[in-house]
Amino acid sequence: MKNQYDIIVVGAGPSGSMAARFAAEKGVSVLMLEKDRDVGYPVRCGEAVSEAGITEFIEIDKRWISTEINNFSFIAPDKSEVILPLPDRGYILERKIFDYALAESAAKAGAEIQTRAYVYDLIFDGNNVSGVKVEIGGEQKEIKAKIVIAADGVESRVGRWGGLKTYTDFREMESGVQVTASNIPVNQNTIYFYFGEKVAPEGYLWVFPKGNNLANIGLGVSGMIGKKKSALVYLNEFMEEHYPDAPILTRVAGGIPCTVTLDRIVTDGLMLVGDAARQINPLSGGGIASGMIGGSIAGKVAGEAIKKNDLSYIYQYEKDWNNRLGKRHKTFDNIKNGIFHFSDDKFNSIAKSILKVPIEKRTLGNIFKIALFNNPSLLLDVAKVFFQK
Amino acid sequence: MIEILPDKCDFCGCCVGVCPEDAIELKEANIKIIEELCTNCNKCVWSCPIEVLKFNRNGVKVENK
Ligand SMILES: Cc1cc2nc3c(=O)[nH]c(=O)nc-3n(C[C@H](O)[C@H](O)[C@H](O)COP(=O)(O)OP(=O)(O)OC[C@H]3O[C@@H](n4cnc5c(N)ncnc54)[C@H](O)[C@@H]3O)c2cc1C
Ligand code: SF4
Ligand code: SF4
Repeated sequence: MKNQYDIIVVGAGPSGSMAARFAAEKGVSVLMLEKDRDVGYPVRCGEAVSEAGITEFIEIDKRWISTEINNFSFIAPDKSEVILPLPDRGYILERKIFDYALAESAAKAGAEIQTRAYVYDLIFDGNNVSGVKVEIGGEQKEIKAKIVIAADGVESRVGRWGGLKTYTDFREMESGVQVTASNIPVNQNTIYFYFGEKVAPEGYLWVFPKGNNLANIGLGVSGMIGKKKSALVYLNEFMEEHYPDAPILTRVAGGIPCTVTLDRIVTDGLMLVGDAARQINPLSGGGIASGMIGGSIAGKVAGEAIKKNDLSYIYQYEKDWNNRLGKRHKTFDNIKNGIFHFSDDKFNSIAKSILKVPIEKRTLGNIFKIALFNNPSLLLDVAKVFFQK
Repeated sequence: MIEILPDKCDFCGCCVGVCPEDAIELKEANIKIIEELCTNCNKCVWSCPIEVLKFNRNGVKVENK
Protein backbone atom coordinates (compact mmCIF):
# COMPACT_ATOMS: atom_id res chain seq x y z
CA MET A 1 0.00 0.00 0.00
CA LYS A 2 1.21 3.46 -0.91
CA ASN A 3 0.68 6.73 0.97
CA GLN A 4 -1.08 8.37 -1.94
CA TYR A 5 -3.62 7.35 -4.59
CA ASP A 6 -5.65 9.11 -7.24
CA ILE A 7 -8.85 7.67 -5.80
CA ILE A 8 -9.76 6.02 -2.47
CA VAL A 9 -13.04 4.09 -2.20
CA VAL A 10 -14.38 3.53 1.34
CA GLY A 11 -16.45 0.31 1.63
CA ALA A 12 -16.29 -2.84 -0.50
CA GLY A 13 -20.00 -3.59 -1.10
CA PRO A 14 -21.44 -3.73 -4.64
CA SER A 15 -21.35 0.05 -5.10
CA GLY A 16 -17.77 0.39 -3.83
CA SER A 17 -16.46 -2.44 -5.99
CA MET A 18 -18.07 -0.95 -9.11
CA ALA A 19 -16.71 2.51 -8.31
CA ALA A 20 -13.22 1.05 -7.83
CA ARG A 21 -13.43 -1.02 -11.00
CA PHE A 22 -14.72 1.69 -13.33
CA ALA A 23 -12.19 4.19 -11.97
CA ALA A 24 -9.31 1.71 -12.30
CA GLU A 25 -10.37 0.97 -15.88
CA LYS A 26 -9.54 4.59 -16.69
CA GLY A 27 -5.95 3.82 -15.77
CA VAL A 28 -5.74 5.77 -12.51
CA SER A 29 -4.52 4.45 -9.13
CA VAL A 30 -7.30 3.19 -6.85
CA LEU A 31 -7.38 1.85 -3.28
CA MET A 32 -10.55 0.32 -1.78
CA LEU A 33 -10.76 0.10 2.03
CA GLU A 34 -13.15 -2.21 3.90
CA LYS A 35 -13.60 -2.23 7.68
CA ASP A 36 -14.66 -5.88 7.99
CA ARG A 37 -12.38 -8.89 7.82
CA ASP A 38 -14.12 -10.24 4.71
CA VAL A 39 -15.53 -8.62 1.64
CA GLY A 40 -19.20 -9.62 1.36
CA TYR A 41 -19.72 -10.87 4.92
CA PRO A 42 -21.93 -10.64 6.97
CA VAL A 43 -24.71 -10.69 4.38
CA ARG A 44 -27.48 -8.28 5.41
CA CYS A 45 -29.67 -8.80 2.39
CA GLY A 46 -32.59 -10.75 0.89
CA GLU A 47 -30.31 -11.31 -2.13
CA ALA A 48 -32.98 -10.81 -4.81
CA VAL A 49 -32.03 -9.17 -8.11
CA SER A 50 -33.40 -9.04 -11.64
CA GLU A 51 -31.21 -10.49 -14.33
CA ALA A 52 -31.23 -7.19 -16.22
CA GLY A 53 -29.99 -5.42 -13.08
CA ILE A 54 -26.67 -7.24 -12.94
CA THR A 55 -25.76 -8.43 -16.43
CA GLU A 56 -24.81 -4.87 -17.29
CA PHE A 57 -21.82 -5.43 -15.00
CA ILE A 58 -21.05 -9.10 -14.70
CA GLU A 59 -21.77 -12.31 -16.57
CA ILE A 60 -24.08 -14.72 -14.77
CA ASP A 61 -22.00 -17.34 -12.96
CA LYS A 62 -23.69 -20.22 -11.17
CA ARG A 63 -21.17 -20.01 -8.32
CA TRP A 64 -23.19 -17.08 -6.94
CA ILE A 65 -26.72 -18.01 -8.02
CA SER A 66 -28.89 -19.83 -5.46
CA THR A 67 -32.11 -19.98 -7.46
CA GLU A 68 -33.70 -18.67 -10.61
CA ILE A 69 -37.00 -16.87 -10.09
CA ASN A 70 -39.89 -16.77 -12.57
CA ASN A 71 -42.92 -15.98 -10.42
CA PHE A 72 -43.98 -13.37 -7.95
CA SER A 73 -46.56 -14.19 -5.29
CA PHE A 74 -48.48 -11.52 -3.42
CA ILE A 75 -50.23 -12.55 -0.22
CA ALA A 76 -52.96 -10.23 1.01
CA PRO A 77 -53.81 -9.76 4.70
CA ASP A 78 -56.80 -12.14 4.33
CA LYS A 79 -54.23 -14.72 3.05
CA SER A 80 -55.57 -14.79 -0.52
CA GLU A 81 -52.61 -15.41 -2.80
CA VAL A 82 -52.07 -13.90 -6.23
CA ILE A 83 -49.38 -15.41 -8.44
CA LEU A 84 -47.89 -13.41 -11.29
CA PRO A 85 -45.35 -14.51 -13.85
CA LEU A 86 -42.38 -12.11 -13.70
CA PRO A 87 -41.77 -10.04 -16.83
CA ASP A 88 -37.99 -10.35 -16.28
CA ARG A 89 -36.07 -13.34 -14.96
CA GLY A 90 -34.82 -12.87 -11.40
CA TYR A 91 -32.27 -14.54 -9.13
CA ILE A 92 -31.66 -15.12 -5.47
CA LEU A 93 -27.92 -14.63 -5.11
CA GLU A 94 -25.31 -16.10 -2.83
CA ARG A 95 -24.16 -12.59 -1.97
CA LYS A 96 -21.05 -13.51 -0.08
CA ILE A 97 -19.67 -15.03 -3.28
CA PHE A 98 -21.24 -12.38 -5.50
CA ASP A 99 -19.69 -9.48 -3.55
CA TYR A 100 -16.37 -11.31 -3.71
CA ALA A 101 -16.67 -11.66 -7.49
CA LEU A 102 -17.40 -7.93 -7.83
CA ALA A 103 -14.38 -7.01 -5.69
CA GLU A 104 -12.29 -9.41 -7.75
CA SER A 105 -13.36 -7.64 -10.93
CA ALA A 106 -12.18 -4.36 -9.38
CA ALA A 107 -8.85 -5.98 -8.50
CA LYS A 108 -8.53 -7.31 -12.04
CA ALA A 109 -9.01 -3.80 -13.37
CA GLY A 110 -6.07 -2.73 -11.21
CA ALA A 111 -7.59 -1.55 -7.91
CA GLU A 112 -5.82 -2.36 -4.63
CA ILE A 113 -7.98 -3.68 -1.79
CA GLN A 114 -7.38 -3.63 1.96
CA THR A 115 -9.73 -5.28 4.48
CA ARG A 116 -9.81 -4.72 8.27
CA ALA A 117 -9.31 -1.06 7.41
CA TYR A 118 -11.67 1.22 9.33
CA VAL A 119 -11.84 4.78 8.02
CA TYR A 120 -12.40 7.08 11.01
CA ASP A 121 -11.97 10.56 9.51
CA LEU A 122 -11.17 12.57 6.40
CA ILE A 123 -8.21 14.82 5.71
CA PHE A 124 -8.66 18.18 4.04
CA ASP A 125 -6.66 20.56 1.93
CA GLY A 126 -8.50 23.83 2.55
CA ASN A 127 -12.13 22.90 1.85
CA ASN A 128 -11.22 20.01 -0.39
CA VAL A 129 -11.34 16.46 0.85
CA SER A 130 -7.82 15.17 0.21
CA GLY A 131 -7.66 11.73 1.79
CA VAL A 132 -8.67 9.54 4.71
CA LYS A 133 -7.55 8.62 8.20
CA VAL A 134 -7.70 4.88 8.56
CA GLU A 135 -7.08 2.29 11.26
CA ILE A 136 -5.53 -0.88 9.83
CA GLY A 137 -4.94 -3.68 12.29
CA GLY A 138 -4.99 -1.18 15.18
CA GLU A 139 -2.50 1.17 13.53
CA GLN A 140 -3.59 4.66 12.50
CA LYS A 141 -2.49 6.00 9.17
CA GLU A 142 -3.20 8.88 6.79
CA ILE A 143 -3.54 8.15 3.08
CA LYS A 144 -3.88 10.96 0.57
CA ALA A 145 -6.16 10.92 -2.48
CA LYS A 146 -7.35 13.41 -5.08
CA ILE A 147 -10.88 12.02 -4.82
CA VAL A 148 -12.55 9.98 -2.06
CA ILE A 149 -15.60 7.88 -2.97
CA ALA A 150 -17.74 6.99 0.06
CA ALA A 151 -19.44 3.60 -0.50
CA ASP A 152 -19.84 2.96 3.21
CA GLY A 153 -23.42 1.74 3.19
CA VAL A 154 -26.45 2.59 5.31
CA GLU A 155 -24.18 3.41 8.27
CA SER A 156 -22.31 6.00 6.18
CA ARG A 157 -20.51 8.66 8.18
CA VAL A 158 -17.84 9.62 5.66
CA GLY A 159 -20.25 11.94 3.82
CA ARG A 160 -21.08 13.75 7.05
CA TRP A 161 -17.42 14.39 7.78
CA GLY A 162 -17.28 15.97 4.32
CA GLY A 163 -20.20 18.26 5.22
CA LEU A 164 -23.03 16.43 3.42
CA LYS A 165 -26.22 15.63 5.28
CA THR A 166 -26.44 11.88 4.92
CA TYR A 167 -28.66 10.63 7.72
CA THR A 168 -32.07 9.19 6.86
CA ASP A 169 -35.28 10.37 8.51
CA PHE A 170 -36.23 7.53 10.87
CA ARG A 171 -39.70 7.37 9.28
CA GLU A 172 -38.13 6.51 5.92
CA MET A 173 -35.65 4.00 7.28
CA GLU A 174 -37.02 0.49 7.07
CA SER A 175 -35.76 -1.48 10.06
CA GLY A 176 -35.08 -4.92 8.70
CA VAL A 177 -34.50 -8.32 10.20
CA GLN A 178 -34.09 -11.59 8.34
CA VAL A 179 -33.54 -15.25 9.07
CA THR A 180 -32.19 -17.87 6.71
CA ALA A 181 -34.17 -20.97 7.62
CA SER A 182 -34.35 -24.51 6.33
CA ASN A 183 -37.40 -26.75 5.84
CA ILE A 184 -39.38 -23.96 4.15
CA PRO A 185 -41.42 -25.87 1.56
CA VAL A 186 -42.29 -23.16 -0.96
CA ASN A 187 -41.95 -23.13 -4.76
CA GLN A 188 -38.24 -22.64 -5.39
CA ASN A 189 -38.85 -20.45 -8.44
CA THR A 190 -41.22 -18.01 -6.73
CA ILE A 191 -40.62 -15.01 -4.48
CA TYR A 192 -43.33 -14.30 -1.90
CA PHE A 193 -44.42 -10.93 -0.55
CA TYR A 194 -46.78 -10.54 2.41
CA PHE A 195 -48.50 -7.23 3.10
CA GLY A 196 -50.73 -5.88 5.85
CA GLU A 197 -51.11 -4.42 9.33
CA LYS A 198 -50.43 -7.65 11.11
CA VAL A 199 -47.41 -8.90 9.16
CA ALA A 200 -45.41 -5.75 8.30
CA PRO A 201 -47.17 -2.38 8.51
CA GLU A 202 -45.48 0.35 6.42
CA GLY A 203 -43.31 -2.28 4.81
CA TYR A 204 -43.55 -5.88 3.66
CA LEU A 205 -42.37 -9.36 4.52
CA TRP A 206 -40.50 -11.48 1.99
CA VAL A 207 -39.82 -15.19 1.55
CA PHE A 208 -37.02 -15.73 -0.99
CA PRO A 209 -36.15 -19.40 -1.71
CA LYS A 210 -32.49 -20.35 -1.93
CA GLY A 211 -32.90 -23.92 -3.15
CA ASN A 212 -33.45 -27.21 -1.24
CA ASN A 213 -36.16 -25.52 0.83
CA LEU A 214 -33.73 -23.08 2.36
CA ALA A 215 -35.11 -19.52 2.36
CA ASN A 216 -34.40 -15.94 3.36
CA ILE A 217 -37.41 -14.78 5.38
CA GLY A 218 -37.32 -11.18 6.43
CA LEU A 219 -39.25 -7.98 6.77
CA GLY A 220 -38.89 -4.26 7.08
CA VAL A 221 -41.07 -1.83 9.01
CA SER A 222 -40.64 1.92 9.21
CA GLY A 223 -39.22 3.66 12.27
CA MET A 224 -42.71 4.97 13.04
CA ILE A 225 -43.85 1.38 13.52
CA GLY A 226 -40.64 0.38 15.32
CA LYS A 227 -41.47 3.00 17.94
CA LYS A 228 -44.25 0.72 19.17
CA LYS A 229 -43.17 -2.74 18.08
CA SER A 230 -39.83 -3.84 16.71
CA ALA A 231 -39.15 -5.62 13.41
CA LEU A 232 -37.87 -8.59 15.40
CA VAL A 233 -41.20 -9.10 17.19
CA TYR A 234 -43.07 -9.00 13.86
CA LEU A 235 -40.72 -11.60 12.38
CA ASN A 236 -40.91 -13.86 15.43
CA GLU A 237 -44.70 -13.76 15.26
CA PHE A 238 -44.67 -14.68 11.56
CA MET A 239 -42.25 -17.57 12.07
CA GLU A 240 -44.26 -18.82 15.05
CA GLU A 241 -47.45 -18.85 12.95
CA HIS A 242 -46.05 -20.23 9.67
CA TYR A 243 -42.83 -22.15 10.34
CA PRO A 244 -42.56 -22.78 14.09
CA ASP A 245 -40.15 -25.70 13.75
CA ALA A 246 -37.92 -24.40 10.97
CA PRO A 247 -34.25 -24.53 11.97
CA ILE A 248 -32.68 -21.08 11.69
CA LEU A 249 -29.20 -20.95 10.23
CA THR A 250 -28.59 -17.20 10.37
CA ARG A 251 -30.29 -14.11 11.69
CA VAL A 252 -29.26 -10.62 10.65
CA ALA A 253 -30.52 -7.11 11.27
CA GLY A 254 -30.18 -4.25 8.81
CA GLY A 255 -31.42 -0.80 7.81
CA ILE A 256 -32.92 -0.10 4.38
CA PRO A 257 -33.09 3.62 3.56
CA CYS A 258 -36.28 3.66 1.44
CA THR A 259 -36.21 7.22 0.27
CA VAL A 260 -35.04 9.46 -2.55
CA THR A 261 -31.37 10.07 -3.30
CA LEU A 262 -29.73 12.79 -1.21
CA ASP A 263 -29.94 16.26 -2.75
CA ARG A 264 -26.19 16.50 -2.84
CA ILE A 265 -23.96 13.51 -3.44
CA VAL A 266 -20.82 15.38 -4.43
CA THR A 267 -18.70 17.96 -2.68
CA ASP A 268 -15.14 19.09 -3.40
CA GLY A 269 -13.01 15.94 -3.49
CA LEU A 270 -15.80 13.62 -2.26
CA MET A 271 -18.50 11.52 -3.97
CA LEU A 272 -21.16 9.31 -2.34
CA VAL A 273 -22.45 6.07 -3.91
CA GLY A 274 -24.87 3.24 -3.10
CA ASP A 275 -26.73 3.19 0.22
CA ALA A 276 -24.46 6.00 1.45
CA ALA A 277 -26.02 8.24 -1.21
CA ARG A 278 -29.49 6.71 -0.62
CA GLN A 279 -29.55 5.19 -4.09
CA ILE A 280 -31.82 2.31 -3.11
CA ASN A 281 -35.05 1.83 -5.08
CA PRO A 282 -37.43 3.26 -2.46
CA LEU A 283 -40.38 1.16 -3.61
CA SER A 284 -38.78 -2.29 -3.56
CA GLY A 285 -35.93 -1.63 -1.13
CA GLY A 286 -33.57 -3.22 -3.66
CA GLY A 287 -30.17 -1.57 -3.63
CA ILE A 288 -27.78 -4.05 -5.22
CA ALA A 289 -28.38 -3.15 -8.87
CA SER A 290 -28.97 0.56 -8.29
CA GLY A 291 -25.87 0.78 -6.08
CA MET A 292 -23.81 -0.84 -8.83
CA ILE A 293 -25.16 1.69 -11.31
CA GLY A 294 -24.36 4.60 -8.97
CA GLY A 295 -20.91 3.20 -8.26
CA SER A 296 -20.10 2.64 -11.91
CA ILE A 297 -21.10 6.17 -12.91
CA ALA A 298 -19.11 7.70 -10.05
CA GLY A 299 -16.04 5.57 -10.80
CA LYS A 300 -16.11 6.49 -14.48
CA VAL A 301 -16.55 10.21 -13.80
CA ALA A 302 -13.86 10.22 -11.09
CA GLY A 303 -11.39 8.45 -13.38
CA GLU A 304 -12.10 10.93 -16.16
CA ALA A 305 -11.71 13.88 -13.79
CA ILE A 306 -8.21 12.66 -12.88
CA LYS A 307 -7.33 12.09 -16.53
CA LYS A 308 -8.58 15.56 -17.51
CA ASN A 309 -6.78 17.01 -14.50
CA ASP A 310 -10.04 18.82 -13.69
CA LEU A 311 -11.41 17.77 -10.29
CA SER A 312 -14.50 19.97 -10.65
CA TYR A 313 -15.65 17.51 -13.31
CA ILE A 314 -16.81 15.14 -10.54
CA TYR A 315 -20.03 17.19 -10.22
CA GLN A 316 -21.06 15.63 -13.54
CA TYR A 317 -21.79 12.45 -11.56
CA GLU A 318 -24.74 14.08 -9.78
CA LYS A 319 -26.34 14.95 -13.14
CA ASP A 320 -25.63 11.56 -14.69
CA TRP A 321 -27.10 9.73 -11.69
CA ASN A 322 -30.25 11.83 -11.66
CA ASN A 323 -30.82 11.23 -15.35
CA ARG A 324 -30.21 7.51 -15.10
CA LEU A 325 -32.22 6.68 -11.93
CA GLY A 326 -32.41 9.52 -9.42
CA LYS A 327 -35.46 11.19 -10.98
CA ARG A 328 -37.26 7.89 -11.37
CA HIS A 329 -36.70 7.11 -7.69
CA LYS A 330 -38.69 10.22 -6.78
CA THR A 331 -41.71 8.75 -8.51
CA PHE A 332 -41.13 5.35 -6.94
CA ASP A 333 -41.00 7.07 -3.57
CA ASN A 334 -44.44 8.63 -4.16
CA ILE A 335 -45.88 5.26 -5.13
CA LYS A 336 -44.32 3.71 -2.03
CA ASN A 337 -45.93 6.34 0.19
CA GLY A 338 -49.28 5.43 -1.39
CA ILE A 339 -48.91 1.68 -1.01
CA PHE A 340 -47.45 1.79 2.50
CA HIS A 341 -50.62 3.44 3.70
CA PHE A 342 -53.05 1.05 2.04
CA SER A 343 -55.49 -0.46 4.52
CA ASP A 344 -55.84 -4.22 4.85
CA ASP A 345 -59.22 -3.91 3.12
CA LYS A 346 -57.63 -2.26 0.14
CA PHE A 347 -54.95 -4.97 -0.19
CA ASN A 348 -57.65 -7.63 0.09
CA SER A 349 -59.88 -6.06 -2.54
CA ILE A 350 -56.96 -5.63 -4.97
CA ALA A 351 -56.07 -9.30 -4.52
CA LYS A 352 -59.68 -10.28 -5.10
CA SER A 353 -59.90 -8.27 -8.33
CA ILE A 354 -56.65 -9.72 -9.68
CA LEU A 355 -57.75 -13.26 -8.89
CA LYS A 356 -60.65 -12.77 -11.30
CA VAL A 357 -58.14 -12.37 -14.12
CA PRO A 358 -56.96 -15.75 -15.47
CA ILE A 359 -53.28 -16.30 -14.69
CA GLU A 360 -52.19 -16.21 -18.35
CA LYS A 361 -53.71 -12.73 -18.65
CA ARG A 362 -52.05 -11.34 -15.53
CA THR A 363 -49.66 -8.99 -17.23
CA LEU A 364 -48.10 -6.14 -15.32
CA GLY A 365 -50.32 -3.78 -17.30
CA ASN A 366 -53.51 -5.53 -16.21
CA ILE A 367 -52.40 -5.63 -12.59
CA PHE A 368 -51.65 -1.95 -12.62
CA LYS A 369 -55.08 -1.21 -14.03
CA ILE A 370 -56.66 -3.08 -11.15
CA ALA A 371 -54.46 -1.52 -8.49
CA LEU A 372 -55.13 1.90 -9.93
CA PHE A 373 -58.84 1.30 -10.18
CA ASN A 374 -58.68 0.76 -6.43
CA ASN A 375 -56.57 3.82 -5.85
CA PRO A 376 -56.92 6.41 -8.61
CA SER A 377 -54.67 8.96 -6.93
CA LEU A 378 -51.68 6.73 -7.71
CA LEU A 379 -52.43 7.03 -11.40
CA LEU A 380 -50.49 10.22 -11.90
CA ASP A 381 -47.37 8.82 -10.29
CA VAL A 382 -47.49 5.60 -12.22
CA ALA A 383 -48.02 7.47 -15.46
CA LYS A 384 -44.84 9.39 -14.66
CA VAL A 385 -42.82 6.17 -14.35
CA PHE A 386 -43.95 4.99 -17.75
CA PHE A 387 -43.51 8.26 -19.58
CA GLN A 388 -40.07 8.93 -18.23
CA LYS A 389 -37.04 8.00 -20.27
CA MET B 1 -29.29 8.67 28.24
CA ILE B 2 -29.16 6.02 25.54
CA GLU B 3 -27.95 2.66 26.68
CA ILE B 4 -26.65 -0.07 24.40
CA LEU B 5 -26.97 -3.73 25.25
CA PRO B 6 -23.86 -4.71 23.29
CA ASP B 7 -24.31 -8.45 23.68
CA LYS B 8 -27.50 -8.20 21.65
CA CYS B 9 -26.10 -5.94 18.92
CA ASP B 10 -25.71 -7.21 15.34
CA PHE B 11 -23.59 -4.19 14.26
CA CYS B 12 -25.92 -3.54 11.33
CA GLY B 13 -25.67 0.26 11.26
CA CYS B 14 -29.39 1.03 11.04
CA CYS B 15 -29.15 3.26 14.14
CA VAL B 16 -26.10 5.06 12.71
CA GLY B 17 -28.06 5.74 9.52
CA VAL B 18 -30.87 7.57 11.36
CA CYS B 19 -28.83 9.45 13.97
CA PRO B 20 -29.09 13.16 13.10
CA GLU B 21 -26.08 14.06 15.26
CA ASP B 22 -23.49 11.55 14.01
CA ALA B 23 -23.31 10.38 17.62
CA ILE B 24 -22.84 6.65 17.05
CA GLU B 25 -19.55 5.00 16.21
CA LEU B 26 -19.68 1.54 14.68
CA LYS B 27 -16.71 -0.67 13.88
CA GLU B 28 -16.70 -4.30 12.80
CA ALA B 29 -18.03 -5.66 16.10
CA ASN B 30 -17.87 -2.63 18.32
CA ILE B 31 -20.44 0.10 18.90
CA LYS B 32 -20.56 3.18 21.12
CA ILE B 33 -22.55 6.36 21.65
CA ILE B 34 -20.52 9.56 21.62
CA GLU B 35 -22.22 11.14 24.61
CA GLU B 36 -21.11 14.72 23.92
CA LEU B 37 -22.95 14.67 20.59
CA CYS B 38 -26.08 12.72 21.60
CA THR B 39 -29.23 14.80 22.17
CA ASN B 40 -31.30 11.86 23.50
CA CYS B 41 -33.72 12.19 20.59
CA ASN B 42 -34.49 8.45 20.73
CA LYS B 43 -34.58 7.90 16.96
CA CYS B 44 -31.93 5.19 17.15
CA VAL B 45 -34.00 3.36 19.76
CA TRP B 46 -37.09 3.37 17.53
CA SER B 47 -35.13 2.20 14.48
CA CYS B 48 -33.08 -0.62 15.95
CA PRO B 49 -34.64 -3.74 14.39
CA ILE B 50 -33.76 -6.01 17.30
CA GLU B 51 -34.20 -3.83 20.41
CA VAL B 52 -30.58 -3.35 21.35
CA LEU B 53 -30.87 0.30 22.28
CA LYS B 54 -32.82 1.49 25.27
CA PHE B 55 -33.69 4.90 26.59
CA ASN B 56 -32.49 5.05 30.13
CA ARG B 57 -33.83 7.79 32.45
CA ASN B 58 -31.84 8.52 35.61
CA GLY B 59 -30.32 5.10 35.60
CA VAL B 60 -33.70 3.41 35.50
CA LYS B 61 -34.13 1.30 32.41
CA VAL B 62 -37.33 2.27 30.64
CA GLU B 63 -38.68 -0.37 28.31
CA ASN B 64 -39.52 1.50 25.12
CA LYS B 65 -41.04 -1.28 23.18
C1 LIG C 1 -32.52 -6.97 5.51
C2 LIG C 1 -32.16 -6.42 4.16
C3 LIG C 1 -32.61 -7.05 2.99
C4 LIG C 1 -32.27 -6.55 1.72
N1 LIG C 1 -32.70 -7.22 0.62
C5 LIG C 1 -32.32 -6.79 -0.62
C6 LIG C 1 -32.66 -7.54 -1.78
O1 LIG C 1 -33.29 -8.60 -1.71
N2 LIG C 1 -32.27 -7.07 -2.99
C7 LIG C 1 -31.54 -5.91 -3.11
O2 LIG C 1 -31.21 -5.51 -4.25
N3 LIG C 1 -31.19 -5.19 -2.01
C8 LIG C 1 -31.55 -5.60 -0.77
N4 LIG C 1 -31.17 -4.89 0.34
C9 LIG C 1 -30.38 -3.67 0.17
C10 LIG C 1 -28.93 -3.99 -0.18
O3 LIG C 1 -28.40 -4.91 0.74
C11 LIG C 1 -28.08 -2.71 -0.15
O4 LIG C 1 -28.73 -1.70 -0.86
C12 LIG C 1 -26.69 -2.92 -0.74
O5 LIG C 1 -25.93 -3.81 0.02
C13 LIG C 1 -25.97 -1.57 -0.80
O6 LIG C 1 -24.69 -1.74 -1.29
P1 LIG C 1 -23.55 -0.70 -0.89
O7 LIG C 1 -22.34 -1.11 -1.64
O8 LIG C 1 -24.03 0.69 -1.08
O9 LIG C 1 -23.35 -0.86 0.67
P2 LIG C 1 -22.97 -2.15 1.55
O10 LIG C 1 -23.20 -3.39 0.80
O11 LIG C 1 -23.65 -1.95 2.84
O12 LIG C 1 -21.40 -1.98 1.74
C14 LIG C 1 -20.86 -0.96 2.55
C15 LIG C 1 -19.52 -1.45 3.04
O13 LIG C 1 -18.82 -0.36 3.64
C16 LIG C 1 -18.13 -0.84 4.78
N5 LIG C 1 -17.87 0.32 5.66
C17 LIG C 1 -18.80 1.06 6.32
N6 LIG C 1 -18.20 2.04 7.05
C18 LIG C 1 -16.85 1.91 6.82
C19 LIG C 1 -15.72 2.64 7.29
N7 LIG C 1 -15.84 3.68 8.11
N8 LIG C 1 -14.49 2.22 6.86
C20 LIG C 1 -14.36 1.16 6.00
N9 LIG C 1 -15.40 0.45 5.54
C21 LIG C 1 -16.64 0.82 5.93
C22 LIG C 1 -19.09 -1.86 5.36
O14 LIG C 1 -18.43 -2.77 6.21
C23 LIG C 1 -19.65 -2.52 4.11
O15 LIG C 1 -18.91 -3.64 3.73
C24 LIG C 1 -31.49 -5.37 1.62
C25 LIG C 1 -31.03 -4.75 2.78
C26 LIG C 1 -31.35 -5.27 4.03
C27 LIG C 1 -30.82 -4.60 5.25
S1 SF4 D 1 -29.51 -0.75 14.92
FE1 SF4 D 1 -29.43 -2.09 16.73
S2 SF4 D 1 -28.45 -4.00 16.01
FE2 SF4 D 1 -28.07 -2.43 14.45
S3 SF4 D 1 -26.06 -1.58 15.04
FE3 SF4 D 1 -27.60 -0.27 16.00
S4 SF4 D 1 -27.88 -1.12 18.03
FE4 SF4 D 1 -26.81 -2.70 16.84
S1 SF4 E 1 -30.60 9.42 20.80
FE1 SF4 E 1 -30.61 10.59 18.88
S2 SF4 E 1 -28.68 11.76 18.94
FE2 SF4 E 1 -28.50 10.16 20.52
S3 SF4 E 1 -27.47 8.48 19.45
FE3 SF4 E 1 -29.67 8.10 19.29
S4 SF4 E 1 -30.27 9.01 17.33
FE4 SF4 E 1 -28.25 9.85 17.87
